[in-house]
Amino acid sequence: MLLAGGQGSRLYALTQDMAKPAVPYGGKYRIIDFPLSNCVNSGIDTVGVLTQYQPLVLNEYIGNGHPWGLDRVHGGVHVLPPYESAAGKKWYSGTANAIYQNISFIDRYNPNYVAILSGDHIYKMDYSKMLDFHKKNDAAATIAVLEVPWEEASRFGIMNTDENSVITEFVEKPKEPKSNLASMGVYIFSWDILKHHLIKNENDRDAEKDFGKNIIPAMLSEGSKMVAFPFNAYWKDVGTIDSLWEANMDCLNPNVNLDLYDHNWKIYSRTPIMPPHYTGMNCKIENSMVSEGCIIDGEIDFSVLFAGVKVEEGASVRYSIIMPNTVIKKGAVVEYAIVGEDCVIGAECEVGKPPEALEDKDNWGVAVIGHQVTLSDTTVINPKAMISVDN
Amino acid sequence: MAIMANVLGLIFADMHDFTITDLTKLRTMGSVPYGARYRLIDFTLSNMVNSGITEVGVVTKSNYQSLLDHLGSGGEWDLSRKSGGLHLLPPYGQGAGLYRGRMDALFGVMGFIVSSNAEYVLMSDTDVIVNIDFKKVVDFHEEKQADITVVYGSGNYNGNEMPTKTVLTTDNDGRINEILLRPEITGEEVNTSMNMFVLKKDFLLKLIKENAARSQFSFEVDVLQHKLSDYKIFGYKYECYYEQVDSMLSYFSANMALLDRKNLSALFDNDRPIYTKVRDEAPVKYGIDARVKNSLVADGCVIEGTVENCVIFRGVRIGREANVKNSILMQDTKVGDRSEINYVIADKNVTIGGYKSLIGTSDYPVFVGKNSHV
Repeated sequence: MLLAGGQGSRLYALTQDMAKPAVPYGGKYRIIDFPLSNCVNSGIDTVGVLTQYQPLVLNEYIGNGHPWGLDRVHGGVHVLPPYESAAGKKWYSGTANAIYQNISFIDRYNPNYVAILSGDHIYKMDYSKMLDFHKKNDAAATIAVLEVPWEEASRFGIMNTDENSVITEFVEKPKEPKSNLASMGVYIFSWDILKHHLIKNENDRDAEKDFGKNIIPAMLSEGSKMVAFPFNAYWKDVGTIDSLWEANMDCLNPNVNLDLYDHNWKIYSRTPIMPPHYTGMNCKIENSMVSEGCIIDGEIDFSVLFAGVKVEEGASVRYSIIMPNTVIKKGAVVEYAIVGEDCVIGAECEVGKPPEALEDKDNWGVAVIGHQVTLSDTTVINPKAMISVDN
Repeated sequence: MAIMANVLGLIFADMHDFTITDLTKLRTMGSVPYGARYRLIDFTLSNMVNSGITEVGVVTKSNYQSLLDHLGSGGEWDLSRKSGGLHLLPPYGQGAGLYRGRMDALFGVMGFIVSSNAEYVLMSDTDVIVNIDFKKVVDFHEEKQADITVVYGSGNYNGNEMPTKTVLTTDNDGRINEILLRPEITGEEVNTSMNMFVLKKDFLLKLIKENAARSQFSFEVDVLQHKLSDYKIFGYKYECYYEQVDSMLSYFSANMALLDRKNLSALFDNDRPIYTKVRDEAPVKYGIDARVKNSLVADGCVIEGTVENCVIFRGVRIGREANVKNSILMQDTKVGDRSEINYVIADKNVTIGGYKSLIGTSDYPVFVGKNSHV
């Protein structure tokens, strides 16, 4: 069960018209491709995608699940929006409530185990190994954990475990963390136990209907066996503009442990129908990712270009992310910026600046141009600015 | 105006295999890789789909494993359908095996043609790379009340190569008055068949039966040439950009022609996309010292050296300080660090080690066979 209803409000203009899991990432993907592909590669062939906020882009993108091999006779991918029932209309009021409202969907498949995943993290993980771990430990719940730097531990949900990886305590954003094992928001539950807790939590009027705040603590206090499954590869929550920018730059960093070229663990996505990209006579491309349908006549350095991007002669793009079908016109300079889908950056525009160009570092940040924005020629967009169609 | 849902598409995937034997040793003409991410059959198949044809049969003879693998159920071309859709027609039935000509091949798939509800049949080979609207051809066929319409283009061809083309002339109304098979051409502008034909289904069935009874196997000889005055055979002139592959050299130049932006946009820059099998590759990654110029590069490549005037297929790796120029590198080819490649056609999955040098010339590019190690 993939939780994909999040608004991603800290991505501002980029999530104005689409849920966070639908945000483009890594030159050809949308964030949800990662958990979806992980499911398929791990042998999970029945996936529910829970949507709520701005589901249009996501619905259309997932479609019948064919790009992920999830157009199945049995199982496959199912988009699960909130619905109206005899008991009334109910939005998903929390992660646990979202799953609660889909108990009957899960029961149709009568599973022994359910994986609860979030739709907005970038990582490659074999859930089948986690399930083996869950079974071997005869656990009620298994939570994937990542060692984070101690100084950052207070930003995460932290697990304290004994020597057998059994979780003894779970603290959400502790001021003085006793461990640096952070929850990745990846859970495997034995379904009958989870179902019992979902119903119990739903009947508790004061509960926030949230996995981290309610379900996990309740299971701990009832003495259910919960274990921490260690994960030690690349994992990134792309909840903010900075982290989205960094996660894209990570694709270009040879020292980052996220191999998108591994044929044994492909990340699938809906591929646009476009010819290969064409690099012009006078272009210069260094340390960048470029996708199909691009036509590059300018200079590209440390950047990620999605499908169908055009960069005209004399334009330069540095340390930036350019989403699908955007055109960068002659002589424009785009630096330290995220430019959304279907934008036009007019000739001689200046978007963003490198951090060293500003005296007051507090005013510096990645410049963001939302989707479908057209900038007229010679427009200057300051670092940290946020431009969207409405303003 | 023609209703394209009434047209059955028939693609001959093996015709002209003999013109590029290096590339067709292990595959059909239709499955020859082209243009960094396509196979030749993608063009004709996409043209049919984009023209509104919803039922297509692909006639094959031999070596069709790669073709089956490429086409699958036809879903990528939107031809995985409950009614109509894509039908692969390998040799079948009595005396099945290698057909001896187009009419013989048609006789072998007569049952498939009979069972279609179409009014017209559009036959096409896979040697032509084009983005053509077949609706205009069928409209022309109806307007002229032709028995057979042959699509042709015109161009200058020098006489250096093995003659392979079908050359024709028409009267002012477009009716063909002469057809020559594989004549010697010496530089003058000539009209050449693009090997695409339209005719009524019932008329085609009549021809198939007549020719079978007389043991006549060739459409070009036994129908187009011998019945030229008996039937109304018209030529539809295609005026826009196309390439025809009929030798290793024309295969090479047809790829290189894509580096001309006019040609690239003529083929791809419109609302009739060319579909192909999706391979789920990551975008191309250019390394810190990569240099790239005037090239076409498909997804999944990792490029750390220099690439100039090249067509680079999916999943190619080019090592540090390697220098690749004027070459076609097919899927998953690897070029080692500091190697020098010029005028080379590397088939799929070729490995060229480090510090190697492989140099052809513009009129004789070096061909490296599939899975070779250099």
